[in-house]
Amino acid sequence: MLDLGKYQSIGAALKDALDRFADEVCLIEADRERDKERLTYCNFRERAHPLAKALQDASFSAGDRASIIMTNQSKWLISAYAVFFAGGVLVPLDYKLTPDEQWQLLKHSGATVLITEYPIWRQLSASEGRASAKVQTVLVTEASPNADLAGAQRWEEFRGKGEPTFVARTRKDTACIVYSSGTGGRPKGCMMTHENYLEQCVALTSIYPFWPGVRYLSILPTNHAIDFMVGFFGPFTCGAAVVHLRTLRPEYVREAFPKYKITYVSLVPLVLKNLQKGLQARFDGLPAGRRKVFDALVAINKMLTKSRPQLGISRLLLKQVHEAFGGELRAIIVGGAFTEPRTLQFFYDLGIPVANGYGLTEAGTAITVNDLRPFRSDTVGKPLPGMEVRIVNVAGDGVGEVAVRSKTVMAGYLHDPELTAETIVDGWLMTGDLGKFDEHGHLQLSGRKKNMIVTEEGKNIYPEDIESVFEGLPVKEFCVFAANYVWPKRSMTGERLVLVLHLDTGQQFSNELRADINARNQRLLNYKRIHGVVLLEEDFPRTASLKIKRNVLAERLGKLDSSTAVLPL
Amino acid sequence: MRTLEQTTREVLDLATKHFQLPAGSLAPDDDFFKKLGIDSLQTLEMLSRLENHFGIELPDYEVQGVSDFKTLAGRIQSRL
Repeated sequence: MLDLGKYQSIGAALKDALDRFADEVCLIEADRERDKERLTYCNFRERAHPLAKALQDASFSAGDRASIIMTNQSKWLISAYAVFFAGGVLVPLDYKLTPDEQWQLLKHSGATVLITEYPIWRQLSASEGRASAKVQTVLVTEASPNADLAGAQRWEEFRGKGEPTFVARTRKDTACIVYSSGTGGRPKGCMMTHENYLEQCVALTSIYPFWPGVRYLSILPTNHAIDFMVGFFGPFTCGAAVVHLRTLRPEYVREAFPKYKITYVSLVPLVLKNLQKGLQARFDGLPAGRRKVFDALVAINKMLTKSRPQLGISRLLLKQVHEAFGGELRAIIVGGAFTEPRTLQFFYDLGIPVANGYGLTEAGTAITVNDLRPFRSDTVGKPLPGMEVRIVNVAGDGVGEVAVRSKTVMAGYLHDPELTAETIVDGWLMTGDLGKFDEHGHLQLSGRKKNMIVTEEGKNIYPEDIESVFEGLPVKEFCVFAANYVWPKRSMTGERLVLVLHLDTGQQFSNELRADINARNQRLLNYKRIHGVVLLEEDFPRTASLKIKRNVLAERLGKLDSSTAVLPL
Repeated sequence: MRTLEQTTREVLDLATKHFQLPAGSLAPDDDFFKKLGIDSLQTLEMLSRLENHFGIELPDYEVQGVSDFKTLAGRIQSRL
């Protein structure tokens, strides 16, 4: 079992790993069919140390914040290590956000260094948000020789001479500021400590271990808590390798499994379902005789793997399926959103275990995970070692809010003690998710208490964050809600946002108004869009400071029949 | 060298074929997520087809945040 007890920080644990596994391959980067880069831990250190030295030469020191906005690639991890080595705090941001959103979070985080890719910088530098952020040093990767750098420096040339000085941190210091949401409203910057990551890494690798020779395919964005842990910190502390693809086109992802003999991969439910669809279509296309044989083999596999996975047997029985995945796949880790049980079962029946779990950024990636002994598709598994999980405010059916206490729970939200106090109560993280434990200690989730949705792509969307796009709409007042928050249902899939309108006296829901809403909706990224409109003919309840009392309004709306109240756009 | 107008037309024709729609059912300003009801993965599949047709490589980051055919055609045009 991995022992990180002697380390005080991510930087210290990684520094040691780079020495210990010097000759092992740590990174493989491919662009379509081309192998772009293959680094050993020793090569990795040779790339990262001059960067750390240059940062230190530029007065970057303990506690300073550096943000990375990049797609998944080797320079992401090299940069992150350099920041940790120099004692910095990492602010990993989603490269899919708009430039305005990225600047907003850069400003909120107080980052003074930004490390990004040139195409992203081209858009960022043209955005007005730049003026208000504190960023002093911008490093861009892969800029062409004649590129207009707009004040940035080339990452490849930002190299210091001589050895950098390792800057020690303590376990309680902030290691990363990770934004769980809040680009349009109240930024939720989770302050994750070094201890959070060290403890989570030990817990996760106790169930899904890494070792030299293991190859993890990194597809989820590395800024996401899951990929940061299982696509960087976890494999690196164990001497494993991470494979990056510069394109996520399904055909290249498919090819990567056999080409690189992938051991683990993390996917969001949307991608997993897509994979399932593709496989199902291939099975359905088999001639009747072969299909019969195939179905019989699946049935035998199901029987033999009832109590636990038997990878060797499954690979023999269902050879072609496993060869398509490279023949060495041990598990698919699925996260970011709720996955339908039938999808999980589909893969398990083929002998491909899906490590289904439950977590949130605030709790340091995963809270529960399916230990596959036996596999259960109807739950999100048992609490990881070191996690105390209890159900509070329990209703008649045994369902209540999931609360967590653990060394992996964040220190709090950056610049928001009020929200921190609401979220962490007496040391317990109130998740806002509803569930109950079954008699085997497995957690079953059944809905949300909070006004938010999680898409199948693993994106958390808070209604308050998208309301600004509807500002100025010619109506008396409006508000955005998660439909499940207004009309609770015992489900965590198919979640939708609705726009509630209170029209002016005599005003009709005209085609013109509908077109205006549609046009504004299109300005939002596709997964943030509203899916319907609810008309309410009464004033919204408000506080003395005129803020909408969302919970009271939701209660009123809840009395309406959702099947007729929500008008499609 | 194609004009942007030609590129846009070819993008629309290919998307129409790819998603098996009646001819002329797509317009340059259409939001493809909404009009076609597709997700981000299906968009990537469509991009691969466009790449083959135009003989270019369109990095994933180039199409981040793009949701209408006209803008997509513009990104392709800049790489022709």
